[in-house]
Amino acid sequence: MTQLAIPPTEAPRRYAAHAHPLWRRALLTPEVAVIVALVLVFTWSTANVQAFDGPLTLYYLFLDTAPILLIALPMTLVIVTGEIDLSVASVVGLSSVLVGLLHRDAGLSIPVAALVALLVGIACGALNGFLVGYVGLPSLAVTIGTLALYRGIAVGLLGTEAVTDFPERWTDLAKQRIVDGSSYPVVLIPFVLLLIAFVWLLHFTPFGRGIYEIGLNDEAAHFSGVDVERTKFWLFVLTGAVSSLAGVYYTLRYGSARGDNATGLELQVIAAVLLGGVSIFGGRGALHGVVAGVLLIGVISSAMRLENQTVNVINIVIGSLLILSVMAPSLLGRARTLAARLRPTSAPPRNDTGDAPVDHEERLQR
Amino acid sequence: MSTEMLVQPSATSPTRRVVGGLLRSREIAVFTVLVALILVTTVKNDGFLFSSTGFRDLLLTPCLLLILATGQTVVIITRNVDLSVGSTLGLSAYLTGRLFVDNPGLPVPVVFLAGIAFGAVLGLVNGVLVSWGKVPALVITLGTLYIYRGAFLTWAGSDRINASDLPRGFSRLGTQQLLGIPVLTIIALVVLAIVGYFLWTARAGRELYAIGSDPDAAQLYGLRVSRRVLLAFVVSGALAGLAGVVYAARYGTVSSGAGYGIELQAVGAAVIGGVAIFGGSGTVWGAAIGAFLLVTINRALPILGISDFWQQAVVGALILAAVALDRLLSLRQERKLVEANDR
Repeated sequence: MTQLAIPPTEAPRRYAAHAHPLWRRALLTPEVAVIVALVLVFTWSTANVQAFDGPLTLYYLFLDTAPILLIALPMTLVIVTGEIDLSVASVVGLSSVLVGLLHRDAGLSIPVAALVALLVGIACGALNGFLVGYVGLPSLAVTIGTLALYRGIAVGLLGTEAVTDFPERWTDLAKQRIVDGSSYPVVLIPFVLLLIAFVWLLHFTPFGRGIYEIGLNDEAAHFSGVDVERTKFWLFVLTGAVSSLAGVYYTLRYGSARGDNATGLELQVIAAVLLGGVSIFGGRGALHGVVAGVLLIGVISSAMRLENQTVNVINIVIGSLLILSVMAPSLLGRARTLAARLRPTSAPPRNDTGDAPVDHEERLQR
Repeated sequence: MSTEMLVQPSATSPTRRVVGGLLRSREIAVFTVLVALILVTTVKNDGFLFSSTGFRDLLLTPCLLLILATGQTVVIITRNVDLSVGSTLGLSAYLTGRLFVDNPGLPVPVVFLAGIAFGAVLGLVNGVLVSWGKVPALVITLGTLYIYRGAFLTWAGSDRINASDLPRGFSRLGTQQLLGIPVLTIIALVVLAIVGYFLWTARAGRELYAIGSDPDAAQLYGLRVSRRVLLAFVVSGALAGLAGVVYAARYGTVSSGAGYGIELQAVGAAVIGGVAIFGGSGTVWGAAIGAFLLVTINRALPILGISDFWQQAVVGALILAAVALDRLLSLRQERKLVEANDR
């Protein structure tokens, strides 16, 4: 055993522990960029947009973005593993229809109906998770299939009808504020609880570290002891569960259960997650960036709406932001190589590409 | 010099191999399902096939999705995806209407060319962003889905193109027939044949498959990956543009909802037709039959006594079945190869 221990007289390490100093690693990240953008847009809007600082703006912002905020949490985990779930909006619609039908036709109370919807959501997620995790099918194809399947069941169950007679106690609860007169609706409480749970799960548990490993290289993850199949399965189950909760909220918030509720929400969720700095290739991303990404889209939308811009212009802005955010790293890389080429060769070899060992060798030779 | 072969050449005769290959091909399987569906529906209600409008609608309704699925296949083969086709279709359909409103008397072929060129430009934007930005197509085309849709809505506003705005000669295209086959279907089939022949024989077409199978290997082999991917997106955009013109001719009205959500149907049609979502395999023939099947199911369900509200659910189940079947077949293939290797 003593032979294995490294003797302290070993030559000092010949390269730096990190290519970049700590402040650079901590601050020059996509997450911080999104947060800075959020703060900038928010302060600018507060100063320049009329009525943006009114009490209603934030209240409606949270009410409207709550489903996206909720679903973005498990979606982040799914995308970090390199998979994707396009069926979330259909689960929202299915859960909404179930709550409506069970309440109207079976006479169940809202909590019981919500519980059934939650179980169905879990089953939907389990089907996705089984096909992706254990059967090994590509998630893009599977969830395009279940996107149509779950939406089809929702529309098939309710047709073009709408269930609107919900007890006022529950529809009011969905719109209630935490404290009277504050701009924070009650729905933020379950969101914050889920946020804490997901942050803990992704960033502070072995399970969460496994998620990143799968995203970087799932074969390597498998050989280092991560149960890839089980992890993917449970992530899809979580996504289904949270989506159905969002569906219950959606139903009560708008007081209407329809088969086409929340159509197209999946793309909004994915856009927000990617804007928040999560890599679509997997293995990279953090929840603070994602929450900032969702809120950034929400703030831009509500500020532009107050400025009397139509939803179309807002769509254009959000689409451009999405493209810009994913193009930024590669554009920066190109700019950097261009700058390196333009730099005179006589200058000291400052290495920007992070090849610290080479840097050091060159210095030794001199 | 004797070379030892890992797998002996097949001992069966060439004709039997070709026939066997055909029987096992995905295109034939999906086609059989399609024919069975049409037969069962016709037995239930012979107007589905034998009435004059029934036969026409059977051929006419799928042509829109057929064109889109063809373009989508070209992109998916390169291991990319184009989600912006629905928005491109909407923009191009509105452009068609606007051209006729602003320049009455414009010849119809010019409008077709304008729609195709316009779609190609939108596809070029996608292609440039994907191949130069080194960013996954899913994200880029999700972004341009929003941008193009937003541009469409801003441009059109609450305005809509009505059938009365379109010249007679153009809107007649929607119902006109040549030898009993609708003109729009002929257009779609010609496009399908050209693209299919290109992918089957042309060097650039074969390179698309190589890129989709293994982008890194294709790069190392010296293929111009960026240029080919760019080409695939231009083709997809151009076909979406063409689909927009066809949409205007078929329906006569273009409102802001035109083409909303059709992109996932196009991807679904390709997947059902045996195009692997991770690129490198599949044909436009398969995708076209898949598109035909999707649309025909939609029309057959009410006749079969199932409320058409359930149509989407059936489509979803079909896509899942197709993907699972692909997996099953590839596993069997893999096992066979391993056995051959061990022997």
